[in-house]
Amino acid sequence: MIWIPFTTLLRKESTRFLRIWSQTLLPPVINQSLYFIVFGSFIGSQVSDINGVSYMAFLVPGLVMMSVINSSFSNVVSSFFGNKFQRSIEELMVSPTPNSVIIAGYASGGVLRGIIVGTLVFMISFAFVRPNVEHLLIVILFVFLTALVFALGGLVNGIFAKKFDDVSIFSTFILTPLTYFGGVFYSIRDLPIFWQNISKANPILYMIDGFRYGFYGQSDFDIRLSISLLIAFTIILVALNAHLLKKGLGMRS
Amino acid sequence: MKKIIMKRSLAIEIKGLRKTYAGGTKALKGLNLSVEEGDFFALLGSNGAGKTTTIGILTSLVNKSAGKVHVFNYDLDKDINAVKSQIGVVPQEFNFNVFEKVIDIIVCQAGYFGVPRKIAEKRAEEILKALDLWDKRNKVSRSLSGGMKRRLLIARALIHKPKLLILDEPTAGVDVELRYGMWKYLKELNKEGMTILLTTHYLEEVEQLCKNMAMIREGKVIAQGSVQELLKSLEKQSYVLEVYNNEKAQKQIMEVEIAANESITALIQKLSEKGILVNDIQPKTNRMEQLFLKLLK
Ligand SMILES: Nc1ncnc2c1ncn2[C@@H]1O[C@H](COP(=O)(O)OP(=O)(O)OP(=O)(O)O)[C@@H](O)[C@H]1O
Ligand SMILES: [Mg+2]
Repeated sequence: MIWIPFTTLLRKESTRFLRIWSQTLLPPVINQSLYFIVFGSFIGSQVSDINGVSYMAFLVPGLVMMSVINSSFSNVVSSFFGNKFQRSIEELMVSPTPNSVIIAGYASGGVLRGIIVGTLVFMISFAFVRPNVEHLLIVILFVFLTALVFALGGLVNGIFAKKFDDVSIFSTFILTPLTYFGGVFYSIRDLPIFWQNISKANPILYMIDGFRYGFYGQSDFDIRLSISLLIAFTIILVALNAHLLKKGLGMRS
Repeated sequence: MKKIIMKRSLAIEIKGLRKTYAGGTKALKGLNLSVEEGDFFALLGSNGAGKTTTIGILTSLVNKSAGKVHVFNYDLDKDINAVKSQIGVVPQEFNFNVFEKVIDIIVCQAGYFGVPRKIAEKRAEEILKALDLWDKRNKVSRSLSGGMKRRLLIARALIHKPKLLILDEPTAGVDVELRYGMWKYLKELNKEGMTILLTTHYLEEVEQLCKNMAMIREGKVIAQGSVQELLKSLEKQSYVLEVYNNEKAQKQIMEVEIAANESITALIQKLSEKGILVNDIQPKTNRMEQLFLKLLK
């Protein structure tokens, strides 16, 4: 009684983003390719190595992670809000599908899209550089947990969203700046101490740093700290979603 | 000696149901309602009486403010998933995803109720064929006509074989021919044992389909009983007759009023004894409408 609703939801979610692939899979691939060309090739050739890694190679984990974060988040927020807006969310609400399965189903859809996009972007990077993968399991663990955290975050956003504007507000004003300041393009070691300290409050920094460790075996932070942080976020967001769904916020009058 | 307890089994039992919406509207003010298993039940009332709110609470789309709800003896407060499993609902307003295909909408709904995909696909074929939607299965729901959308809602409500089917104005905007088809289908489902609760503003529908009914007014049930019994409570019935007078050899229209418990055939006989032939009989007002208005008085 849990497995069937779960696979139904996951199947539905993945059919959705595959059907509209030109809006869901293509844009991040094009965006990240532009970053590779402009930052990696044109500018990167004039930038010295970072921690012994070429700038282009340094960029790869950051750009992959950036696409994973955006894709997982926006998949869940737009799908959930779309269903709420059209009231087709009632199909789930009248059914005996438990809230835990609703969370798992939507989150898995977001994770799946994040990982597919991340893999595509990673493959694009082969055109520019052959990145080294030192610890494959760490790479997989970080990409999975990060996708999960942002998919769950997207669900919270989707539950709160009342109008279409609410779908992009968080992403534009919080997620994108945090990602840009999260060490995609630079190592925080190269920043003045003041900015280093401020950056430490940015959770995305730890995700990208840990992910990069999987590739080059070097990180600015202890990766155990980064993993704990991701797990803590996952637990908090699952609990928050469970609470909001139980209340039926914005769905049940 | 064993005692046999004859327990009437109820599909729906609602006691003291209250609902105050966030804005302060008191939609339900202590509503009591029982629907027996196997019944075909009409929930009637003017716009805003509280019908959709009641259905919303039964189907977990609206939180109740107070009261007790049981569906097939499952308590909504304690066993919400068991309650949900018994019910299929056709909402008043379209609420499917307009970008999804007909078949996907239905098979997904089955999945949410735990019906395995293979079985759901087979059932979907049967139901869509019965509702004349099979040709449209691969169309996105947005591209259906209004009447087709209504039937899609019905198909979706039936896919998990609910014991209780709740329809909130299922025939709104459906043409006459289709409406008759829908009635036939609903009658069959009821005959096979499905309990059906329906709201409608077409009173003919009630007379045609329903065994029992309740009338809601301002969030309370003001009358409940068998449709036939309640109709009998009408004191008078007016008819418009088209008669042919043999002597004068001309057509005439006349209006008669008889007690509801008297039969119209007796009147026709009397008239013919006087050489007046009745060509056509029409009830002046629909009996259900009369009942509706009488109950609301
Ligand atoms: N979501 C809501 N928020 C606030 N008030 C509501 C809401 N839904 C319904 N109401 C109010 O509750 C009352 C009962 O509405 P309801 O929809 O149950 O009536 P109804 O009997 O189904 O009417 P109709 O025949 O027009 O469909 C009305 O006064 C309505 O304005
Ligand atoms: Mg209504």
